[in-house]
Amino acid sequence: MSEKYDVAIIGGGVVGSAIARELSRYDLRVTVLERAADVSRGTSGKNSGVVHTGINVPFGSVKAKFNVAGARMFEKYCADLDVPFKRVGKVIVALGETEIPDLDVLKAKGEANEVPDLEIIDRATLKKMEPNIEGASALNVPTAAIACPYSLTIALAESAAAGGVDIKLNSPVTEINGTQGAFEIETPNETISAGLIVNSAGLGSDKIARMVGVHRWRVWPCRGEYVILDKRVGGLINSMVYPVPPKGGAGLGIHITPTTDGNILLGPSADYTNDGDDVRTTAKIRRQLLNEASEFLPELTPRDVITAYSGMRPKLVTAKEGGFGDFVVEEVEEAPGVMQLVGIESPGLTAAPAIAEHVSEWVRKRIPASANSGFQETWSAVHRTREDTLSKIDTMIAEDPDYGEIVCRCEMVTKTEIVDAINNELDATSLNAIKYRSRATMGRCQGGFCGPRIVDLLIESGKSPESITLNGGDSWLFLGTTEDLRAQAKTRRASQKMGAK
Amino acid sequence: MASPKIVDVAVIGGGPAGLAAAAEAKGAGANSVLLLERDDKVGGILNQQVHDGFGTKVFKEALTGPEYAAIYEDRVNERNVETWLNTIVTDLTDERVITVRNKGGVQTIQAGAVIIATGCRERTRGAIGTAGTRPAGVYTAGSVQNYMNVRNLAVGKKVVILGSGDIGLIMARRLTLEGAEVVCVAEILPQPSGIAGNLVRCLEDYDIPLYLNTTVSEIHGKERLTGVTLAEVGPKMGEVKGTRRFVECDTLLLSVGLIPETELAVGVGVDMHRATNGAVVDDSFRTSIPGIFSCGNVLQVHDVVDYATLESEKAGVAAAQWAMTGQLPDAKINMSAGNGLRYVLPTTISGEDAVDFTMRPWKEEHDKSVVFKSGGEVLRRLKMPHMEPAGMIRVRVAKGRFKNVIDNEITAEIED
Repeated sequence: MSEKYDVAIIGGGVVGSAIARELSRYDLRVTVLERAADVSRGTSGKNSGVVHTGINVPFGSVKAKFNVAGARMFEKYCADLDVPFKRVGKVIVALGETEIPDLDVLKAKGEANEVPDLEIIDRATLKKMEPNIEGASALNVPTAAIACPYSLTIALAESAAAGGVDIKLNSPVTEINGTQGAFEIETPNETISAGLIVNSAGLGSDKIARMVGVHRWRVWPCRGEYVILDKRVGGLINSMVYPVPPKGGAGLGIHITPTTDGNILLGPSADYTNDGDDVRTTAKIRRQLLNEASEFLPELTPRDVITAYSGMRPKLVTAKEGGFGDFVVEEVEEAPGVMQLVGIESPGLTAAPAIAEHVSEWVRKRIPASANSGFQETWSAVHRTREDTLSKIDTMIAEDPDYGEIVCRCEMVTKTEIVDAINNELDATSLNAIKYRSRATMGRCQGGFCGPRIVDLLIESGKSPESITLNGGDSWLFLGTTEDLRAQAKTRRASQKMGAK
Repeated sequence: MASPKIVDVAVIGGGPAGLAAAAEAKGAGANSVLLLERDDKVGGILNQQVHDGFGTKVFKEALTGPEYAAIYEDRVNERNVETWLNTIVTDLTDERVITVRNKGGVQTIQAGAVIIATGCRERTRGAIGTAGTRPAGVYTAGSVQNYMNVRNLAVGKKVVILGSGDIGLIMARRLTLEGAEVVCVAEILPQPSGIAGNLVRCLEDYDIPLYLNTTVSEIHGKERLTGVTLAEVGPKMGEVKGTRRFVECDTLLLSVGLIPETELAVGVGVDMHRATNGAVVDDSFRTSIPGIFSCGNVLQVHDVVDYATLESEKAGVAAAQWAMTGQLPDAKINMSAGNGLRYVLPTTISGEDAVDFTMRPWKEEHDKSVVFKSGGEVLRRLKMPHMEPAGMIRVRVAKGRFKNVIDNEITAEIED
């Protein structure tokens, strides 16, 4: 017996989750199949969190269409879902005179995409906007914004789940049989029947395409390393600071990006790799990031780094080809009934709301549906007391004293926030699931102090120590209690003795 | 929100430093002393340090961490220090207004004097920039100490320890006793970071190898840690080619240093010391902001808790005196660290009383002297058979010696 759905969305990244939420507006049976222990664990959780305006994408491309449309939808999208969003603006900085003509080219590209208020500014104006930044001239992009990418993805998925979508975690798709109207999708846990499939599997989208007989694409993973700087130096910049994009490079160049929480990101690098899961960080790139960023921001030191991480771009162009690779957003003739979303790299986060709307229309053309009364018009999961005034916090503590217990003191996360994160809509209970929902452990001590307290709260919620993981799968944190270990050792010794006899 | 609570002395942090400071502030005549502790009990990191060796200087016996803490807990209680547990300080102003949060709500406190005794946090993988994947199984040594000793949780079976700091060494022994295999301890420096006694008691006694000039150059494993790459480092901390080797393990403990938790001090604008990363203080433990004092590990990372206690007792007495009388001796004499020393604390002194100076050498030294000089003249010379960066140097200079100070400048240095 397999569960029957109208639509199966493969991949719980920002695009898959946005589609799930969009489809939850309608009376449809929808599932999301996510291979990891939580949504947002791939490309969507590990990027710059930039809401792009459309200055970097050629007019007429698929990327441009969804980027520009998505950017217009984004602010309300974040407001509805209680996701941090800030229109901080962006400056693309020419370090020397020779780079100034490149700014004109970018400006023209942006104007073709109807990006408003673009302006070339001189050294003095740049200095006034960004006193700590060195540069000869800059393109000012005041409408560029930042959002918290993992908070958005999680909110999309959770609101969809609350609206009736089945989000199935730990469900990698291994095989797809059948045709439009009667697909049979295999995961290690079950077989799922679905009328339509949305392939939003990111780094795995070429493999999913092959499972339905489409062999046109190959995804080339391209790793981007970042370092995160302490909030202490968060005030060094006001807006995003980008270099002129390197010619033929795989990315937009190493940029300096504020986060919605007040940190600064340096990155990303761009290194093609054979393994899309190989999200390691390297000493070489860490040095390079700090060196390149210090060209713009001479005050940076290695001491300002809290930690490093890597994300992976699912690119459709190889390192050799270089340059621009467009998004694939289409149903192709080899596989009717499958919406193929392939090569959704940057600006995929920005494009997600627009892609979701497009896919929703595609679904409803095939399966007409009425409105779903359970749709969550707005969503707010874990409160953020760190953004509240003291008097508001005082009132909240009077109602719920657990708002008075700070568990993560680097990021000022309270017990109530942690408990709400544990009791999430998706039943994702790894330490990382709690981290990305509450922000606990993301500060300068990296969980050194609050880790044990979070573990207490997980155990209080009914988990055994052995079942607590960092990230699902085999990422266990504890063998068990020390008493268990002693008992095991005793049994082992006893049986060895028996064996010896 | 209620109106501010008024106290003579407020102590931020209820670890060994805060306990000692609060008890002595009360003992020295402050009418009201308030001790603020974020945890559900006082004692700080001592609560998880179940091994013995604490108190050998102060009590001439080897106590466990909780035993040592209990003595001072009793003392603050006997002296009627008011203690607020589960209370976090969210703000401190230069007018000594403290904002706290606990289950009772948000509250402000107006203190006559404030003692910052917030201790340290551990340096993390991210801060030292260890390359590789991000699997489960990479812990700081102190957090494992907490998991094992407070929560009875076992973290792994086969362990590599990076860094030979004292907590790392003690955890090597502790993990071995709990049935885990400690493969090795790797130390990037040419000398151990922990004190000599711990090298014998925690590594040699259990045949655990210590590799000097060695670091973890990469972390492996996608879900749980599967191993680490060790590599030797040269004199400039660069990796020596051809020395990489893979070591299988499921757990990596980091004992790579402590960072003073100075966010409150920095936030209020206290002048900081380049070498200690703590505040700049005079011999009354006053910071650059009137009425704000600092002591214990947030001031300078100590090697032995007893000395943190002794230092904090003095800070407590001085803070009480300042809160009650508004007076402390002027510290006009500047101290500077000369040849061979990373730093000397206090950085200014009054010269009106004896001073216990604390210093750290840049490198290991044998049969040399610590010399205090002013205007080329020696004020005090003390022969030291052995000095090492892992140990703090302590030298008492009597009041009488300061009579000969010239131009209010004293230099401390190491000489043959």
